[in-house]
Amino acid sequence: MTAVAPAKNAPRRPALRSARDYLDRHRSLSIIIGMAIVTAILPFIVTLPPFSGFDAQRVWIGSFATAGIFVLLAIGLNVVVGLSGLLDLGYAAFYAIGAYTYAFAASSFTGIHIPFWPMLLVGALIAAIFGILLGAPTLRLRGDYLAIVTLGFGEIVPILFRNADARNIGVNLTNGTNGIGGIDRPTLPVIQIGDFKILDVVFNAANPLSYYLTMAIIITLVLILVYRLQDSRLGRAWQAIREDELAAASNGVNTITTKLLAFALGATTSGFAGVFSASKLVFVSPDQFGFTVSFTILAMVVLGGMGNSIGVALGAFIIYVIQSVFLKQMTNFFDDFQVPILSDINFIEYQFLLYGIALVAMMLLRPEGLFPSRQRARELHTDEGLDPMEGSPSGGDAEGSLA
Amino acid sequence: MIDDALIATLTQQFFNALAIGGIYALIALGYTMVYGIIELINFAHGEIFMVGAFFGLTFLTAIGFTGAIANPITFLVVLLAAFAVVMPLLGLVGIGIERFAYRPLRNAPRLAPLITAIGVSFILQNIVYIWHGPSPVQFPQILSPQVRFSILGASVSYISVLIVAVTAVLLVALQLFIGRSRLGRAMRSTAQDRDAAQLMGVNINTTIALTFFIGSALAGAAGIVYGLYFGTIAFNMGFIGGLKAFTAAVLGGIGNTTGAVLGGFMIGFIEVLSAQLGLAIWAHAIVFGVLVIVLVFRPAGLLGQPIGERA
Repeated sequence: MTAVAPAKNAPRRPALRSARDYLDRHRSLSIIIGMAIVTAILPFIVTLPPFSGFDAQRVWIGSFATAGIFVLLAIGLNVVVGLSGLLDLGYAAFYAIGAYTYAFAASSFTGIHIPFWPMLLVGALIAAIFGILLGAPTLRLRGDYLAIVTLGFGEIVPILFRNADARNIGVNLTNGTNGIGGIDRPTLPVIQIGDFKILDVVFNAANPLSYYLTMAIIITLVLILVYRLQDSRLGRAWQAIREDELAAASNGVNTITTKLLAFALGATTSGFAGVFSASKLVFVSPDQFGFTVSFTILAMVVLGGMGNSIGVALGAFIIYVIQSVFLKQMTNFFDDFQVPILSDINFIEYQFLLYGIALVAMMLLRPEGLFPSRQRARELHTDEGLDPMEGSPSGGDAEGSLA
Repeated sequence: MIDDALIATLTQQFFNALAIGGIYALIALGYTMVYGIIELINFAHGEIFMVGAFFGLTFLTAIGFTGAIANPITFLVVLLAAFAVVMPLLGLVGIGIERFAYRPLRNAPRLAPLITAIGVSFILQNIVYIWHGPSPVQFPQILSPQVRFSILGASVSYISVLIVAVTAVLLVALQLFIGRSRLGRAMRSTAQDRDAAQLMGVNINTTIALTFFIGSALAGAAGIVYGLYFGTIAFNMGFIGGLKAFTAAVLGGIGNTTGAVLGGFMIGFIEVLSAQLGLAIWAHAIVFGVLVIVLVFRPAGLLGQPIGERA
């Protein structure tokens, strides 16, 4: 987690500083190391109180794998909203497209059983194609119109999946509201030397660890991809468009292509998330992809810190764990102890109210999010008279390398 | 091949379309006014409409009118009282939202108020969810749907006529207010050029607050007539209703009040037509399709001015 910068101007010890410089220069390596450490530690943290009191370790690991889906979605949406400044309110549509792609390609519903690993790429590709199809006509629109059109798209896609059954169109394409069940789980060949099994990974509900590790690897790869793109010519073009589209266009940025690529990359990431989610839940239905999902992901991106991939990843992880574990536990806790008033409250019902309040409060008080990228924070506080050239010292945080 | 049954059906559907369109038109006015003056898509506006319906429900229940009122005079008095109470209350809600969620971000990047708008929309929706629960709630049918008149073989509920009348009265009042009054002139000048208006002595904050007040009050009226027409209201009806009304506003040309009303009725007709053609389950998708087509091919809408690029 190298991109979480220390307080501004905090004195650094030379040894620490050179280590930081090294990791900043080798971002991909540091992402791999960081993700490896986090992935290794998390399963052990949850065996300690107070976490061990909430759920068994196995349940926790399963939750973490599901949290990873939202982390992926948040990283992808961050490319669109945080890096490129395009408000996409229908992001869950691409997630749905990824999930349904896998459901069609690997389930007893269609009778086709293509393995998970190639479908991970195919699902992402198909989501990306839809991203381009949606983006091509609409990305010329001004920002707020784009928001509405994506909102409409996010609403239409689940409607299509819901209505495309025998009763409505004569052919049962999607099994309607019931959704598609019996989706294949991922499989890996068993590799062994003699009796010693080097690789014997089973994916099922009883063994969430394999999902967890797969997810960690996907996130690591996507993070590396996003960071590499962010510092490339394309990434700089995204940020230029976010800051001033007109100025970017006059400086030779092809705004349409650039925005399309942002849309496509965002859709790709959510395609990964969709395929993974379908393979983990072994079930897809239109209700999993409504506006509340798009909204939740947006809340994760905003709270995590728009523009900072590590920040939104952290934000998504924390929000998911809070909503799926702590709110439930809080409800159970107050129920168990019969605390007056509080025991009548079902905290899970309040989550969207809390997200709404958090979104508004965040935009008013700390628009750069909880884990901001330094550059975005400067932008959002333009009226405070910060010189845009005044930046981090050399080798500062992750976003300092824009020049 | 025109027979009596077809004429009856068409007449029936014509009145349905007028009623639904009138509701969309009332909501669309709020979108278009707010957009015209501060170029913000007030995502929370659909939820204000929904809150209006619930305020109407609460008011009618509180004064003890939950059933049909036979006496037309009593009915009119109760209805006017509901409008008189709910509309200003909603207006205040609108002012409050503007004051706390939008005004601090007036000079922030464009993304910021859009995100707070979505946040506000979720706050309103979930407050009502907690207040009334997830299931649809019966709205007091103070005008019985059985009170009907016959025209061209169709039996039409007076509610449809009532909605059109309410829309027409409110639209005329709004046009007079914007076109003739001093405050209306302040609104027009603020929409044209905020800085110049301020230099001419217009109080910008009051004017914008007033715009939110009027827009939200109109959405409140829409909420009441929606409840009367459909009979049930639910916490999540503002989302789709708002989106369709927004489509209406864009279709008519956002920023143009006459356009919003025109767009509202057009969306009403599109929706009823798709239902009549047996495509009711696709009605949402068709309306969004219309939105996308309008935005791509004629983003200024039917009556709107071409809009300049604003980063």
